Amino acid sequence: MARHDDLSGAAGHAAAVRAALPVTVKLSPVLCDLFPGSRREVAMVAATVADMIDELDRLWPGMGDRIRDSRPAIRKHMNVFVDGSRASLKTPLAPGDEVYVLTAISGG
Amino acid sequence: MAKRILILIGTKKGLFVAEGDENRKTWRLRGPYCNTWPIHHAILDPATGAIHAAGGNEWFGPAVWTSPDLGAAWTHSSEGLAYAEGEEPVSAVWSLSPGHDGTLYAGVQPAGLFRSADGGKTWSHVNGLRDHPSRPHWNPGGAGLILHSLVPHPQDRDRLWVGISSAGVFGTDDGGKTWEPRNRGTRADYFPEDQRYPELGQCVHCMVLAPGTDQLLYQQNHCGMYRSDDGGRSWTSMENGLPSSFGFPAAVHPRDPRTVYLIPLNGDSAGRFMPDAQTAVWRTRDGGDSWQAMRAGLPQENAYFGVLRQAMAVDRMEPAGVYFGTGSGEVYASADEGDSWTQIAAHLPTISSVETHVLDA
Repeated sequence: MARHDDLSGAAGHAAAVRAALPVTVKLSPVLCDLFPGSRREVAMVAATVADMIDELDRLWPGMGDRIRDSRPAIRKHMNVFVDGSRASLKTPLAPGDEVYVLTAISGG
Repeated sequence: MAKRILILIGTKKGLFVAEGDENRKTWRLRGPYCNTWPIHHAILDPATGAIHAAGGNEWFGPAVWTSPDLGAAWTHSSEGLAYAEGEEPVSAVWSLSPGHDGTLYAGVQPAGLFRSADGGKTWSHVNGLRDHPSRPHWNPGGAGLILHSLVPHPQDRDRLWVGISSAGVFGTDDGGKTWEPRNRGTRADYFPEDQRYPELGQCVHCMVLAPGTDQLLYQQNHCGMYRSDDGGRSWTSMENGLPSSFGFPAAVHPRDPRTVYLIPLNGDSAGRFMPDAQTAVWRTRDGGDSWQAMRAGLPQENAYFGVLRQAMAVDRMEPAGVYFGTGSGEVYASADEGDSWTQIAAHLPTISSVETHVLDA
């Protein structure tokens, strides 16, 4: 069962929560703008990047489609980084990992 | 009762709405909506009063945005707007149309058709079209392989026409289960000389049904302008008298099925802007037998812009209004069926679509 918590509280509390929860996910502000009530940072239990996206979609229905296409694959102009390295849907997540979901350079 | 007119303006960077009273002389512009996503088309569903905007974002993929209150609040969904795993994913929604009994249709890229029975919250794929045996031979036009023209039959829920660039026109008489190409008589100048009237592969740019009729269709094609009196089973050229055979949008008068508006451009390899850089909307009053250029109030020098396939519309006022939006971000309006024009918006992003809706004030 996935768990999540808001880490925006006091620094000490956030540090304690982070230690207790395996994965910290940080979301692009442009992505959060599409889902009122969503948070820039969320903690959860997830074994892979695909599991993480499933959990984001459970928290904020529709968010999964914005990150992952129907191939399925991470969208061409979205980037997921796990501990600084670009990830795929199959990339495993370990306790303490920090995951960034970012928009790539795109547009005109 | 007094009326107000909404013009829904889809642009490369969001949806805008221009709102005017029934005099159609002063307009107030609001927007951009939809988080500045590219909006290829937007409609107001008369059954619900909701605005639906079709988009596709490089980062986030396809979605249909919906506002129940004329633009104050918005939601977005792509639930069900997907092909099977392994297929090229849907990248954008290009066109929307109300169907029967609250149904919404969406045309997407790569070309396919989706249907919603809950006001755009969820979508289901109309499989029959992409199951057509010709699909491996569908080739993308300049904007990609897109389904852009969606024409439901006004009375028969099982009949529908679609236009795909550049696979051509298809029609169904059984609610989308089976489809047949409807391109007889339309040209494909980009094929070898002895293959220029194929069964399919034509580059339809825009197809519209004449209001008040059930099978009088007009089509602006990459290679000519056409009329069909038999629901697309055969097409007749109506390009004589026009300055070129190339253009994108087409619109029909709301009450006179033989009054049609086109905006011919200077050709597919000559810049795709106004012929001689002078702006004109061309109007026929006789179903395409003869044409007149409507120029009063439109720029007559240095008009190096084009008008895209969904960027012209009429309203249902008396006399009818005509509107178009340019690739350079201007909107022009005529409140007298095209006789004279005024610019009602400028400096917008590239305009993809224009639709109108008349409301009680």
